[in-house]
Amino acid sequence: MADRSLLQRREGRAAYLFIAPWIIGFLVFTAGPMVASLWLSFTDYSLVEPAHSVGTANYQQLLADPRVAKSLANTFVYAALFVPLGTVVALALAMLLQRIGRASGFFRTVFYLPVMTPAVAAGAMFLLLLNGQRGLVNQVLGWFGVTGPNWTTDPAWLKPSLALVSLWTVGGSIIIYLAALNNVPRQLHEAALLDGAGPVRRFVSVTLPMISGALFFTIITHTIAAMQMFDQAYTMFYGPQQKSTASDESLVYMVYLFQNAFEFFKMGFASAMAWLLFVIILVITVIQVRVGNRFVYYEGGSTR
Amino acid sequence: MKRSRFVVAVAAVALLSGCAGVGNKGGDSAGGSTPGAAPTGALKIMGFGGEDEVGQSRIAAFKAAYPSVKVTNNKGDFDAQQFLTALASGNPPDLVYMDRNLIGTYAKKGAILPLEDCISGQKVDTSQYREAAMKSVTLAGKVYGIPEFYIVTTNLVDASSLQKAGVAVSDIQTKDWAALKATTAKLFKRNGNKLERIGFDPKLPEYFPLWATANGATIIKDDGAPNLNDPKAVEALAYTLDLVNSQGGWTTFKSFRDAFDIFGEKNPLSAGSVVAFPMENWYVNVLRDFIGQGLKLDSTAFTDHDGKPVSMVGGSAWAIPKGSKNPDAACAWAKTMTDQATWMKAADARIAKVKEDKSFFTGLFTANKPADEAIRTKYLTDVPDPGFKRAIDNFYATLDSAVALNPSPAGAEIDAAWRSAVTRALAGQPAQQALDQAQKEAEAAFSKANGNG
Repeated sequence: MADRSLLQRREGRAAYLFIAPWIIGFLVFTAGPMVASLWLSFTDYSLVEPAHSVGTANYQQLLADPRVAKSLANTFVYAALFVPLGTVVALALAMLLQRIGRASGFFRTVFYLPVMTPAVAAGAMFLLLLNGQRGLVNQVLGWFGVTGPNWTTDPAWLKPSLALVSLWTVGGSIIIYLAALNNVPRQLHEAALLDGAGPVRRFVSVTLPMISGALFFTIITHTIAAMQMFDQAYTMFYGPQQKSTASDESLVYMVYLFQNAFEFFKMGFASAMAWLLFVIILVITVIQVRVGNRFVYYEGGSTR
Repeated sequence: MKRSRFVVAVAAVALLSGCAGVGNKGGDSAGGSTPGAAPTGALKIMGFGGEDEVGQSRIAAFKAAYPSVKVTNNKGDFDAQQFLTALASGNPPDLVYMDRNLIGTYAKKGAILPLEDCISGQKVDTSQYREAAMKSVTLAGKVYGIPEFYIVTTNLVDASSLQKAGVAVSDIQTKDWAALKATTAKLFKRNGNKLERIGFDPKLPEYFPLWATANGATIIKDDGAPNLNDPKAVEALAYTLDLVNSQGGWTTFKSFRDAFDIFGEKNPLSAGSVVAFPMENWYVNVLRDFIGQGLKLDSTAFTDHDGKPVSMVGGSAWAIPKGSKNPDAACAWAKTMTDQATWMKAADARIAKVKEDKSFFTGLFTANKPADEAIRTKYLTDVPDPGFKRAIDNFYATLDSAVALNPSPAGAEIDAAWRSAVTRALAGQPAQQALDQAQKEAEAAFSKANGNG
C-alpha cells in the first residue's frame, strides 16, 4: 500500500517534470503577458512614458473609434470567406491525396511545403501573381476570355484576394483530413455500396460523419486564425511599398491593433483591442462548440 | 498553433516593460555631459543600413577619429516596433537613425531627447545644415535630430517615348496645369483594359504635399497645426485625382504601377511604362546604369504656377533615444557622420566606385550645405550625358528653395490623416470631403497632443 502511493507520487513528480517546459512556457509567454495586457488595457501606456490608470477610457474608445468597427467588419468578412473556402479546398485536396496511392508520400510533402514558407515571402509573391495588370493569374484568366479584376488594388477585391492567398497554407488541414479519411472504416463504405449508395450518398452519409471531428477541429482553429490574420495582410497591403496606399477595406483588426501599438503609441488602447478580440473569439468558439456538438460524431464517446 | 501568437508577443513585450522599462529615467537632454573628454565605450546604433561606399567610408572616418568607441550596428531600416520595444524594455540603442518627419512625434512622446547639451558640449555647428532640414528636426524651439541626407524632387522624363509621341520636353511642366493635363492625355496609352503607358504620374498619394505646396498651400502650419483642407490643397488634390482618373482610374493605375521593377533594367523609364514623373534625386544614380541599354533620360523642373522650382525635402536624422547609455559617443557619431570633412570622404569613396564602374558621378545630396557645395565644385565637373546633366542640375536648383512640412507634435497622425484622405479620394470620395474629414481627424489629434483633448 505504502509502496504504491510512493510509486504514484514518484510518477506524479515525473509527469510534472515532463510537462514542466510547457507549464513554464505557458506561464511566462502566455498567461503572464495576458495578465499584463489586461492591466495595460486600463492604462494610457505609450511604450515610452510610465503607464497611468485611465479607468475604462480605452474600452469606451473602442466604441467611439469608427476604425475599430471597420476593421472588425473587414475581419469578419475575411473569416467568412476563408473558413468555408479553406475547409472545402483542403478536404478536396485530401480526398485527391487519398486516392493517389503510391506517390502519396511525395504529394503529402508537396502540399505541406507551403506551410513552411514564411508568410511574408508568400504575401510578396502573391502580390506579383495577383497584379491586375501584369500578374500571371489574370493572364491565365485571359486565355479563357475572363477579364480578371485588379485583385490587389480594387477595394472590393482586397478581402477575397487575402482569402485566396491564405489558401496557400491549408497544408496542415490537408494532413489532418487525410488522416481522418484513412480512419473511416472500409466496411462502412462496403455496406453502403451493398445498399446501393452512390458516391455522393456515401460521402454525405459515411465519410462526412466519420471525419466530422477533424472538420470541427479545423473549422474552429481556422476561425481563430482568421480572426487573428496579420502577417499576410500586413505584407500585402501595409509593407514598406504599400503603406501609403492601403485602402481601409484591407484594414484587418490585428493590423489596426499593431498600428495603434507601434505607430500611434497607444499600447493601452491596443491592449484593450486585444482583449475585445479575445472575448469575440471566445464567444464565437463557444457558439461553434455548442452547435458543433450536435453534428460531430465522437468514436467511443457517449451517445449524443 | 498560430493561435494568439501576436497577441502574446505584444503582451510579452508589455510584460517585460512592466518589469523593466516603465519609469525608466532618462535625462532631460543628451550628449556632451563631459565636455572636452573624448567619448569611449560601446555605441549601439539602430535603424542605419549604411552598406554602400558612402556609408562605409563615413563609418570608417568615425572609427578612425574615435578608436576607443566600440560600435555595434544591427543593420536594417528604422523599425518602430523594434525601437519602441527596445525602449520599453529598458534596453534602447544609444543612437537611432530615423526619417526626419518622425522626429516631431517621437520628440513629443519623449522617446528621443533634445540635443542642446550635445550641440553645445561638442560644439556642433548647426548653421552648416540646411535650414529646411533643421526645421524638420526642431520642435518647440528645441533640436532633436542631426540631419543627414537631403532628398529633393524634380521631373524625370523618358525622352525616347516623348520624342516618338512628338511632344517637346518643355511640355513636361507643372506651371500650367491645364496644359499638363492635355500633354498627359497625349502621352497616355491603353489597350482595352490594359494600360500600356502612363503619360504623367502625379505620384499620389505620397506627393500630395508637393502638389499642395506648389499650389500655394501650407498643409501644416508653423505651430504644427494641420491645415489639410486649405482650398489650395483641395484644388491640388482634385487636379491630381483627375490626372489619375483620366489614365485608367486608380485601381488599374496602381496595379500597373505596382508591377514596375524600379531598380532593374526594365525600370518604368527604360521600359517606356511612364513618360514622366516627379522623382527623388537618388534615382538618377540608379538609372545611370541603364544608359547603355538605351535609356534616354531628360528632366524638367517641378515648379509652382510662377515657374519657380518647388520640392519637398526628405531625409533622415540622427537622434538620441531616452535612456541612451552613451549619449556622448552618440553625439560624436552624429556630428562626425554629418560634418563636411566626412562628407568629402564619402564623396571620394563614391568617385572611386564610379571610376571602378567606368561610370559617372550623379551628385551627393546632404543636409550639410558647405559640404554639398564643396562636393559639387570638386567632383561634379563632368556629366557626359546631357539628359542626366539636366536632371542633376534641376535637383541642385531646388536645394535652396525646397521645403519640409512643419514638424508637429501630432505629425504621425496628420500624416496618417492626409494619406488616408488621398486614398479615399482615389477610391472615389470627392477631394473636398476627403480632406475635410482628414482635417477633422488631424485637428483632434493635434489638440490631444497639445494636452487640450
